[in-house]
Amino acid sequence: MNDAGLYAVKSLPKKEYLAPGHRSCPGCGEVLAVRLVHKALGRNTITASATGCMEIVSSPFPLTSWEIPWIHVAFENAAAVAGGIEAALKVLQRKGKIAPKEINVVAMAGDGGTADIGLQALSGALERGHDFLYVCYDNEAYMNTGVQRSSATPFGAHTTTSPAGTAVPGQITWKKNMPEIVAAHKIPYVATATPSYPLDLINKIEKGAAAEGPAYVHILSVCPTGWGIGSAETIKIGRLAVQTGFFPLYEVEDGAYKITVDCAELLPLERYLQPQGRFRHLSEELIAQLRRRVFEQWAELKRRAALSASAAR
Amino acid sequence: MKKRVGLEVSYAAAEAVKRCNVDVIAAYPITPQTHIVERLSEFVANGELDAAFVPVESEHSAMSLCIGSQAVGARSFTCTSSQGLALMSEIVYITASLRLPLVMMLVNRSLSGPLSIWNDHSDVMAVRDCGWIQLFVRNGQEVFDHAFISYKIAEDHGVLLPVMINFDGFILSHMFEPMELVEPAVIERYLPPYNPKYVLHPDQPLTMGAFAMPAVFTEAKKAQDEALRQSYPHILRAWQDWGDLTGRYYDPVEGFWTEDAETIFVALGSFGETAGEAVKALRERGEQVGLLNLRLWRPFPFEAFARVVEGVRNLIVLDRAVSYGGPGGPVAGEIRSALYNLENRPQVYSFVSGLGGRDVTVQDYMAMFTGAISGEAPRDGIFGVRG
Repeated sequence: MNDAGLYAVKSLPKKEYLAPGHRSCPGCGEVLAVRLVHKALGRNTITASATGCMEIVSSPFPLTSWEIPWIHVAFENAAAVAGGIEAALKVLQRKGKIAPKEINVVAMAGDGGTADIGLQALSGALERGHDFLYVCYDNEAYMNTGVQRSSATPFGAHTTTSPAGTAVPGQITWKKNMPEIVAAHKIPYVATATPSYPLDLINKIEKGAAAEGPAYVHILSVCPTGWGIGSAETIKIGRLAVQTGFFPLYEVEDGAYKITVDCAELLPLERYLQPQGRFRHLSEELIAQLRRRVFEQWAELKRRAALSASAAR
Repeated sequence: MKKRVGLEVSYAAAEAVKRCNVDVIAAYPITPQTHIVERLSEFVANGELDAAFVPVESEHSAMSLCIGSQAVGARSFTCTSSQGLALMSEIVYITASLRLPLVMMLVNRSLSGPLSIWNDHSDVMAVRDCGWIQLFVRNGQEVFDHAFISYKIAEDHGVLLPVMINFDGFILSHMFEPMELVEPAVIERYLPPYNPKYVLHPDQPLTMGAFAMPAVFTEAKKAQDEALRQSYPHILRAWQDWGDLTGRYYDPVEGFWTEDAETIFVALGSFGETAGEAVKALRERGEQVGLLNLRLWRPFPFEAFARVVEGVRNLIVLDRAVSYGGPGGPVAGEIRSALYNLENRPQVYSFVSGLGGRDVTVQDYMAMFTGAISGEAPRDGIFGVRG
């Protein structure tokens, strides 16, 4: 862990584009991520948001927390709305109807709006090559409606629709690998991030915004309410997700893999699982299954990063 | 006599959209709308139209994308039919509540199931209350003209609502018809460049699509309903101005032989053309019968409609969709309700016909007439069901 990173945060711009007074839960990792993302993007940004926690906490008419132009339409179409914004800005500037200006076009959605109901719109927008940044705030379930499972909920996790019962031990499917699905579209930039590593997150948002064409950043957004942790634990849990290999931080730049927060040795997985209410019921055997998967995933990522590094040489 | 050319109606529609100088087109191909999007993509590919043609992966994204493009101030266009409308319908409602002046052509086709690519009005009737201005046009010239008229209405700062132009799939969209293609110089005088009232831009940040708690939701809906009702005089003015330039004047309701009629057919869309032939034949037989074409479906032209039909004995409403288990066809049910408070209200017969591309002939209309005035026909029913 680079401790200098902890203090470097103080050098970030003070300007907030998501004003205080919004209605997120205490300790919300997602709202922290949204703030960091928009600090990185700056004021010349238009954001299209999916329905979800961030929309509900920030826009109860007649109030708004947004200090940038922001639009919400529906749950599954943030990528399509952003595609329309991008296409229109391009053509209006070309036709001289608006002044030329570099404007970041951003779509934001949760894991439900990305990996489930919004997957088609996202895939379409990536394939068409809109020059935009898509940010998935992944809190690993439908938190806004009361912690129901999504396809991004990890194996074993208890949610209100994958309850840990006596017959079924919570979520019995494996987390859908969104960054890989996006990377398969061969877009210029794909990355994972989490606000527990704020500079890494900001660097990735800046890279994604600068990329010519679609970029995607998948942000693990720790959710104290849904995960069953204390609201002061958010940053720590996010770090443990990375340090145990449960959620590796990496980027795929023009096809080249790079692990951006490397771990010489992964911490024991239990250190991540044990503090969280959603995993409290897991048996040794289920934890062993999870561990196997984490190791496989980490090894595969290391292999790809090594291949990319040797190809670059 | 102005110069007229023969053109497939779909191509005339695309030509009109081109002459509206739209900025963004997002559409997904579906029968029978395909010729419009094909032709528009050719215009863009050949540099005849400077626009973004975005070949989206679904109609849901077509409507969503148009919301995004309209929100930053681009004149945008989409068109669809049937299942496409059903798929995008969630977003169709939101376009109206965001007050975005999008124009969509809906080439009417029946809704599944069973699957049918042919024409009726079950698609549009499913989104009756989506909050759009909804027009039914009945021939190629009307399709062409209403592209300009619709943008004129939609973008009027006294309106700011999306407009849906309905026209019948195949029986109109794929016909070759003679029409006058109004010259760009004339159009320029009629349709100014889009001057959006609110746009998303970093220079003046706005929030669009905020959610409403119960304390404000009712007021938001009331405002939306008022906006649609108050668009009426603006629609009339747009038609008047178009008429002054081209000589073609349009009305929300259009009557033929209605002055002394005891029985009036009520039609939407191109069925009015054939029904008109039947009325002509019945008149020759000495029957006091007329025809009313309802061109404006939303906002419903209550007064103009009542003026024509008050005191008439029978209305034969030609419905093109089924309201399963409901009070007759959707148009008839609505007309009954609209006329209920008139002292001298007509009997309303609902003949659901022309479903899924079934032809309705002059003889069929004459049979409906006979059935209605003899009292033998049921008040509500599906006409022409084969044994």
